[in-house]
Amino acid sequence: MNDDHAISVSQLTKRFGSFTAVDAVTFNVKRGEIFGFLGANGAGKTTAMRMLCGLSFPTSGQATIAGFDLYRDAEKIKKSIGYMSQKFSLYEDLTPRENIRFYGGIYGLTDQQIKSKTDFMVDHLHLENQVDNLVKSLPLGWKQKLSFSVAMLHQPKIVFLDEPTGGVDPVTRREFWMMIYEAAHEGTTVFVTTHYMDEAEYCDRVSIMVDGRLDALDTPLELKRKFNAPSMEEVFIQLARKAKRSDN
Amino acid sequence: MKQFLFFVQKEFYHLLRDRRTLFILFGMPLMQILIFGFALTNEVKNTRIAILDNSRDETTAGIIHQLEASRYFDVVKNIRGYGELEPAFQEGKIKLAVVFPSRFQYALSHENSVSVQLIADATDPNVANTLANYATAIIMDYQKNMKGQQDFPYTINTEMRMLYNPQLKGSYNFVPGVMAMVLMLVCAMMTSISIVREKEMGTMEIILVSPIVPIRVVIAKMVPYFLLSGVNIGSILILSVFVLDVPIQGNLVLLVSECLLFTVTVLALGLLISSVTDSQQTAMLISLMGLFLPTIMLSGFMFPVENMPWPLQILSNIVPAKWFYYIVKNIMIKGLSFGYVWKETLVLTGMTIFFMLVSIKKFKTRLE
Repeated sequence: MNDDHAISVSQLTKRFGSFTAVDAVTFNVKRGEIFGFLGANGAGKTTAMRMLCGLSFPTSGQATIAGFDLYRDAEKIKKSIGYMSQKFSLYEDLTPRENIRFYGGIYGLTDQQIKSKTDFMVDHLHLENQVDNLVKSLPLGWKQKLSFSVAMLHQPKIVFLDEPTGGVDPVTRREFWMMIYEAAHEGTTVFVTTHYMDEAEYCDRVSIMVDGRLDALDTPLELKRKFNAPSMEEVFIQLARKAKRSDN
Repeated sequence: MKQFLFFVQKEFYHLLRDRRTLFILFGMPLMQILIFGFALTNEVKNTRIAILDNSRDETTAGIIHQLEASRYFDVVKNIRGYGELEPAFQEGKIKLAVVFPSRFQYALSHENSVSVQLIADATDPNVANTLANYATAIIMDYQKNMKGQQDFPYTINTEMRMLYNPQLKGSYNFVPGVMAMVLMLVCAMMTSISIVREKEMGTMEIILVSPIVPIRVVIAKMVPYFLLSGVNIGSILILSVFVLDVPIQGNLVLLVSECLLFTVTVLALGLLISSVTDSQQTAMLISLMGLFLPTIMLSGFMFPVENMPWPLQILSNIVPAKWFYYIVKNIMIKGLSFGYVWKETLVLTGMTIFFMLVSIKKFKTRLE
């Protein structure tokens, strides 16, 4: 395995009965890269991501995450990754401070660390007036930014973001991507799925899944050139049209 | 360990901030005890009865007087003929009628035998039976006193003693039952809901991606409900002793330990439910239909198990509440020691271990 690879996947497959959700996918993600993971609904990207996070066991294939084997070092992987799911995943009936404390606690941060992280986040996200109100009273954009910060709480080597900006307004989306850039700049590898093609343009490299297979993988610029398309949207439509599988 | 404490703290936040649920959890045992204690009772008190006295002599007057004096009966009507009986029953004005034949005293003293007719409204057969028995007992009692005066050579007296519950109070029966029901509801339903809620909200995924071990998650979720149940057990016992006058005959420590054992059994059941369901509604429905109803129907608390058809009798054995009910009744009401309930305790312990193992195994495979 190459040391420069944060994620290295080879022939990864997941079958549910006779249905092959992920079909022998092979790719590498470089350290510190923002890796876009695209695909139509039902193309298998969430399943693939769940396998990489340890939420689901692969049927076959190999994967190394942050230098650890997916099968043998699941516990070590868990400590090295952060995960933000499609659903909003903070506790609504807790305050931001309590959420931070809880997630910090289960990742084994010390009280001191939790305190300084909380102070940092309050300052960074301008939560001064909200930090002791229940999360459910926060606007969605803020919740998503808080979710991301919480996923980054234990300074993971890799952070997995599953459609993190769904339903968020364009201004907040931009702010959210600023946070992603910042994280990548500090050396965190970002693995992100999205349905927004403008966001695909922000990624260092983009992969597109069609019917459980990985049909394209390159920089946005190179992909556009290869498919002779003016935008990532066009690239995506050209590929997705070939899909035989319909929605889920 | 610290990880675990963080989790427990979070669970307490959930519990304490949901004021409505908390109110129900603490209020329900109180309500149930009071409702069962004062409103829902199968004791017969102040039942309205009618008397048709065709004889009107000294003896019938004496018996009527006894009936009137009894706290079970309330003589509302003295009717003059059979024709008035039917309408009184139909209108629901009376539940029982006592009919004395004409020349009652004469027949008693000259023919040595006379019958009193008891007519009961048997739409509720149990009540009808109880009423008829009470009335018979009062009449027999009167007869016995009469004979006592006359020094009759041959009399057979039956003397009844109601063991453990001499006043035949219903509360002796339902305090253990309510305890089983409340624990079932608080522990099984609330634990299963609290785990399933995390699945529904999506927070379960985040927890599973984190390094925390699933078994710790499960135990952390049980802690608040375990403590809450402890409080409920305490309040039920205090209420039953001080408000309903149900004494605790047996060893209090033994009683409380058995209650806590049952709490763990039910927590394990809740966990089992949560591992096979994905939505809070399903979890609630399964808890109600699969746990709550059998607890009421098959534990022997409402209906005696001995009277059930044999398939139900066999089925009742897999209802944990049946064993718990038996244990609590024996310790609390009969004052028996552990030596008399160890078999049932063993069954309950076995069930607990079984549920625990199955649900932990299930829990793990679900989350892979």
